[in-house]
Amino acid sequence: MIQEFFLMNGYGVYVWSAFSFTLVSFSVLYLIVKTQYAKEKKRFNAKFNSLSYDRQKLAKNQQTHREVLLDISASKI
Amino acid sequence: MFGLIDNSKIFSITSKAPKYVFFVFVIVLSIGLLEALVLSPEDYIQSHSVRIMYVHVPSAWISIGIFFLIGILSIGSVIFKNKIFSIIAKSLAPSGLVFNIIALVTGSIWGKPTWGTWWAWDSRITSMLILCLFYILYILSWRIIDDKNKLNKITSLIGILGLINIPIIKFSVDWWSTLHQPSSVRLLEKTTIHSSMLVPLALMTAAFALFSLLIFLMKYNTELIKIKNKGLDRL
Repeated sequence: MIQEFFLMNGYGVYVWSAFSFTLVSFSVLYLIVKTQYAKEKKRFNAKFNSLSYDRQKLAKNQQTHREVLLDISASKI
Repeated sequence: MFGLIDNSKIFSITSKAPKYVFFVFVIVLSIGLLEALVLSPEDYIQSHSVRIMYVHVPSAWISIGIFFLIGILSIGSVIFKNKIFSIIAKSLAPSGLVFNIIALVTGSIWGKPTWGTWWAWDSRITSMLILCLFYILYILSWRIIDDKNKLNKITSLIGILGLINIPIIKFSVDWWSTLHQPSSVRLLEKTTIHSSMLVPLALMTAAFALFSLLIFLMKYNTELIKIKNKGLDRL
């Protein structure tokens, strides 16, 4: 029964390779995009921490910067 | 009109959405895979090889749909001269390219047992390959062009030119005599696929659409943070 499921009347090699290729492509794309996202957040955090106190205060007052900072602190948890 | 769009509000939504989209994607994909590989019946002519349809067809639909959106957004970018259109289009492109490659590769794998060949210069397959070249050109332009004015013009031009290829892909099976079968699922007419095969096809399409939404959201957030990074320099 299990062997039949994997062999699929001799078409198993085609079916499984098509599904495997799809899932591997998904995983690779997801990991690449996730890494880029994490790298960019890290870069933002580093740049923000290197700012003087006044500039940090100014950036925090800007809504979009605040949202990015909130997202960075949330993702650390 | 589009100047009123508040980036911070968009970011607060798009930064939280990926985890929920990922959760729903995993559930829908699991049910879709169960339907596609176990519960759906084999075809009376193609036998089990028909199961390749459940990854090939949704990938082709989504890659075409994404490029259609890129084309429309490129037109919007040219007319309204607003950056948001090009950022959205740029964030859509990677998943569109991957779905295009999946459609070509799984189509090739499906071609071997059904047509006896891995590849044919058939009008549908060739027009899909041209779409893939448009995707590559579009993504490469973003990577290699430094001049911002040129970049917006060139990427928009590629998006708009690629749009011409979309109806060619759609009607290629009607306009030319091809190896590829005509559409079995139609929006305005009765579909010729039995419900036992239509359900897994719909589920896999939903799962793939959710995946492209997930990638889009993550890529869009990355682009927004990149812009904010530049904003910190100007403080």
